[in-house]
Amino acid sequence: MSQRYEIRFSGAGGQGLILAGVIMAEAASIYDGKQAVQSQSYGPEARGGASKSEVIVSDTMIDYPKATVVDALLALTQEACDKYSHDLKEGGVLLVDSDLVTKLPKGNFKTVAFPIINTAKNEVGREIVANIVALGAMVALTGVVSKEGAEKAVLARVPEAFMELNKKAFQLGFEKATAAKA
Amino acid sequence: MAKKVAFLQGNEAAAQGALYAGCTFFGGYPITPSTEVAEVMSVELPKIGGKFIQMEDEIGAMASVIGASLTGAKVLTATSGPGLSLKQELIGYACIAETPCVIVNVMRGGPSTGMPTGPSQSDVMCAKWGTHGDHPAICLTPASVQELFEETVRAFNLAEKYRTPVMVMPDEIVAHMRERIVFPEPGELEVINRTAPSVTPAEYKPYDTSFGDVPPLAAFGTDYRFHVTGLNKGQDGFPTTKAAWVQAEEERQVRKVEANVDDIVQFEEYELADAEVAIVAYGSTSRSARFAVNEARKQGIKAGLFRIKTFWPFPEKQIAALAGKVKAFITPEMNLGMCTGEVKRCAEGKAAVHGIFRVDGEPINPGQILEKIKEVK
Repeated sequence: MSQRYEIRFSGAGGQGLILAGVIMAEAASIYDGKQAVQSQSYGPEARGGASKSEVIVSDTMIDYPKATVVDALLALTQEACDKYSHDLKEGGVLLVDSDLVTKLPKGNFKTVAFPIINTAKNEVGREIVANIVALGAMVALTGVVSKEGAEKAVLARVPEAFMELNKKAFQLGFEKATAAKA
Repeated sequence: MAKKVAFLQGNEAAAQGALYAGCTFFGGYPITPSTEVAEVMSVELPKIGGKFIQMEDEIGAMASVIGASLTGAKVLTATSGPGLSLKQELIGYACIAETPCVIVNVMRGGPSTGMPTGPSQSDVMCAKWGTHGDHPAICLTPASVQELFEETVRAFNLAEKYRTPVMVMPDEIVAHMRERIVFPEPGELEVINRTAPSVTPAEYKPYDTSFGDVPPLAAFGTDYRFHVTGLNKGQDGFPTTKAAWVQAEEERQVRKVEANVDDIVQFEEYELADAEVAIVAYGSTSRSARFAVNEARKQGIKAGLFRIKTFWPFPEKQIAALAGKVKAFITPEMNLGMCTGEVKRCAEGKAAVHGIFRVDGEPINPGQILEKIKEVK
């Protein structure tokens, strides 16, 4: 891993992207023993509007807490993709929801697409876990945190009754991204 | 035993710091981006027999913490720019009545409602000049989640030690970001408690300067009774217009802080020993600056960082000394030049001062600072 790895989760307010970022950072910081900082930016709306959550992971002290050049970007809406893909690194990775993001940005990076929200809705059974599907996919694509650490971090955030649902969401996201990447 | 660690948000750390310092009363009115402080206090205070109250507005909230403080409690309120404006009348009251209290003010854009969810550093002047009249001002500007915890503890210590309001002012980025925090054990950080009166209730005067510049404060609800007012007051707390006394009292109140700057002012120096360009920064902006200094050093440019931890009283001596050593200062901040003006004042023309200002709701990134370093080196 390079000194500093930058991940951005973006979409619309209410999609749970801040939480996805928090869990990724917890996986790195608490379960994998790395340094991590999570920050966010959102509009004044409770729902809607472009929203982003950024995670910096490093082996050493993290000074600037926001992204400088993004190694991995998730975009769950076209608006977020348009707004937040400009500083994606050369050789970086872009993950999009293939149903919602149809206009892809041009650049020298790898694009991975699958229907993230539909996977949550139809295969896991609840649209609300789309953020965890996305998280599983980002864990697979970035390799910056361990799968075990990330899974523990997800379960530590989830009430008992929803453990299986979230486990399944995480696993499906991980598998689909791994398949799509190949 | 291993210390307790957590991945915590800045605001949550501020609340935990307050609890560590012994805070037992929170009075507030929720406002983005400070609301999580109130949330944590509303959950935690009832568990320890403390009191949480959400008042009708920020003015009432500030009044409630002053009242609670006078009963001997360590007190906290939390707000953001528009709320800080509303609290100013009562902050002045706390200054003249010499009532310890801590105000966490998370800086978002302004003036007025501004940009509620965007980061800013434009309340730092409000911390000193927001309420009218001459008065002491202490304001801390932490730069990390861990430091927000520790500086909140220190804010309580300074409030109790000097009988005065103390402000903790993280910008929205520091308040909302999450980092790993290692909780200090009880006793690991210094916790200062209020000095109780050593005289009997009959002999007690709340502003008896024979005990020094910070007279002991008795607690309401005990046998001690005294008068509290926003008017200039005599030793017994009752209003006075005696010219010589009022002059001496105003000077004493300001002196509480001015004579103790070395006890209050904290800062961090990074790569300054041989620096030709010194960046002066605070809060999250200081983290961009540190990144830029590292990049500059890699390119052979002698840059360093003076990180302000205590914004008020301003580190005048230290900036003045640096001005004699460096060619130029760079002052990045998320306002239109508030700290920059202070650095210019302290530099007295001995070194050039170049500001970098952003008020568009975006942080100042390391690239912007690096560019400026190259321009002025």
